[in-house]
Amino acid sequence: MATSDIELTGSSAAYSPDNPAPLIEAPRARTPRTAGSTGRSRTNFELYGWVFMRLSGIVLAVLVVGHLLIQLVLDGGVSKVSFAFVAGRWASPFWQGWDLLMLWLAMLHGANGLRTVINDYAERDGTRFWLKMLLYAATVFTVLLGTLVIFTFDPNIR
Amino acid sequence: MATPVMDKAEAEAARPADSPYITATFRIRRFNPEAAAESYWEDFRVEIDPKERVLDALHKIKWDLDGTLTFRRSCAHGICGSDAMRINGRNRLACKTLIKDIAPEKPITVEPIKGLTVQKDLIVDMEPFFQAYRDVMPFLVTHGNEPTRERLQSAEDRERFDDTTKCILCAACTSSCPVFWNDGQYFGPAAIVNAHRFIFDSRDEAGEQRLEILNDKDGVWRCRTTFNCTDACPRGIEVTKAIQEVKRALITRRF
Ligand code: SF4
Ligand code: FES
Repeated sequence: MATSDIELTGSSAAYSPDNPAPLIEAPRARTPRTAGSTGRSRTNFELYGWVFMRLSGIVLAVLVVGHLLIQLVLDGGVSKVSFAFVAGRWASPFWQGWDLLMLWLAMLHGANGLRTVINDYAERDGTRFWLKMLLYAATVFTVLLGTLVIFTFDPNIR
Repeated sequence: MATPVMDKAEAEAARPADSPYITATFRIRRFNPEAAAESYWEDFRVEIDPKERVLDALHKIKWDLDGTLTFRRSCAHGICGSDAMRINGRNRLACKTLIKDIAPEKPITVEPIKGLTVQKDLIVDMEPFFQAYRDVMPFLVTHGNEPTRERLQSAEDRERFDDTTKCILCAACTSSCPVFWNDGQYFGPAAIVNAHRFIFDSRDEAGEQRLEILNDKDGVWRCRTTFNCTDACPRGIEVTKAIQEVKRALITRRF
């Protein structure tokens, strides 16, 4: 079929050799200007981030599976969890430390994972920036609030 | 839309019973910016020996059916790397893909590789791909006087980077990478493969510099080990493994 046979409709009707259609550019293509910026940021942030994900993943596997076993399976299952149960656990520095570590690692691990997802999928620089700001704000808020609760928990609150 | 092909019955009737030929349908993604802003699928029915390659079918279409079909090819023998395309949803070289291996009973889809700007039909703009390649300094860097003879290397030292010397820069790997599809600033597997070829070459002296380039935020750390690149490589290079080796070199350098 010759190109002249293609039935032109709507927005396409106006295109011709003198007036070609605009090409759909691939997102964020690499240009010589990008090249100039490479190597300028001489930090190991991404390297440490990558290592952190691996190490925290291993530790979290132990912490989270242990947490789920204790809360949901062993010793009567989920029905035993009550205010008194939580208060009893947090009386011990060991469980305080466990929960604190789990909170920090899970939040940082999850936040870093989401950061890479945003970097991968948000095409426009503005979208990237604001999504990441939202993510960081939510992470800082959750981590601080959680830490505060673990340390200032008062079993005689009523 | 009318397609200039013989009727199925007519085509099959004309063929003797012991003929090796089959009638295969090629469903090709066409785009012509001089005619329309949208791309579309077009079917071509071709009489062809299934032991021939997809490239032969494209030739048949271009030479006999529709001269406007546009694609790149040069060597036709899997060595120049110019005809990578998405055939039945997988990146392959048209000149290395036999028709009998890709289920010719069903329509065979042929599309341009993804993640690069399509210019016409199966031709994409390779410039961003080669820019990433240039950015990793894909050449030998040494200091001091040039030797008066070859730079000798032991067989073991050569073996270390043998796999990555086989790259033909076809872009099948980079354009199969989901990170690259969404963010073309990522170096992409092919650039890392070609950096690996020099980083692990005992004669080269700029390995440190190349590692630093790939330590960038758009460097090796964006790799998600999807293995699409290893599956796509027509040269059988273990692309993901090469990327992991660069990561390991960076980590052992730091710790
Ligand atoms: S590594 Fe393989 S797929 Fe990638 S450009 Fe080189 S030859 Fe092509
Ligand atoms: S035409 Fe050269 S690699 Fe296919």
